[in-house]
Amino acid sequence: MSGIIGKKIGMTSVFGANGKYIPCTIIEAGPCIVTQVKTLEKDGYSAAQIAYDEKKEKHTSGAMKGHFAKAQTTPKRKLVEFDFEEPKNLGDVVTVEIFTEGEFVDVVGTSKGKGFQGVVKRHGFSGVGGQTHGQHDRQRAPGSLGASSFPARVFKGMKMAGRLGGDRVKSRNITVVKVFAEKNLILVKGSVAGAKGSYVLIEK
Amino acid sequence: MNLNILNFIHEQLAPKTKLPSFKAGDTVTVHYKIKEGDKERVQQFQGVVIQRKGTGATESFTVRKISNSVGVERIFPVVSPYIDKIDVNKVGIVRRARIYYMRDLTGKSARIAEKKNYTTTTEAAEKVSA
Repeated sequence: MSGIIGKKIGMTSVFGANGKYIPCTIIEAGPCIVTQVKTLEKDGYSAAQIAYDEKKEKHTSGAMKGHFAKAQTTPKRKLVEFDFEEPKNLGDVVTVEIFTEGEFVDVVGTSKGKGFQGVVKRHGFSGVGGQTHGQHDRQRAPGSLGASSFPARVFKGMKMAGRLGGDRVKSRNITVVKVFAEKNLILVKGSVAGAKGSYVLIEK
Repeated sequence: MNLNILNFIHEQLAPKTKLPSFKAGDTVTVHYKIKEGDKERVQQFQGVVIQRKGTGATESFTVRKISNSVGVERIFPVVSPYIDKIDVNKVGIVRRARIYYMRDLTGKSARIAEKKNYTTTTEAAEKVSA
């Protein structure tokens, strides 16, 4: 599985070959530098660690400075491991050219944090009761949490109010609409989890 | 930086079309290509532009007309390859960029003052051919 790290830029639309208007997410991805190669013999599994997005040297710890110096590159913000099919060497560059238009990729993002939310927004409950006939206070309520003397407790995993969002979300099998290799840009069909400017991983 | 990228994308996806300039309040005829099986024909939709919104590749405009005493609105993407051509029939004088108030008006009150001393695209084309 090969992949690349990128940043979500925003959304736009494209007229596709069949004349359909396709909503697209713009992702600026790469170029990523291979900063570490993990091998079966040494690490127990094989992978290549790639790095993306510049950061200042003064914000980099001494240990990480050494790590980046080994790959002879500048400090980077985001490090991710991918198990590339073809062997990678230290200092190799991964660009969006690994993707071609029309192929399917998975895109991983971190969804926008919504804070503490009720069950209607968080789990799609429909609330309790109506708006009229003297009812009040129950429109967005969760309803019953279970039976009474048996089991005499609330089951684990009961859907309740709580923190929503901020999760790792993978959108599977979305189409690559366009690749602008010279600008390190890639357009994928549909939406991708996360805010503008947040990191996304594109895998295939 | 993000704006630069967006501008680049818009330039790539929305090449400058030769559509005439028009704004809200103008009366236009949109010649729209329609595919029926293998055949392609051009349909006309004439009405008042009530808004233009968006930029670049996502810019669109809404045309409103009264058809059989029912209001009909159609939204066209500006970069649509299906737009054959657009004729500007009238240039209207309105004070807003989005004239939603036209939805509440019918009959005589739904008229828009017309700008004088301009050439419509149809007239310009006639002049060229003449």
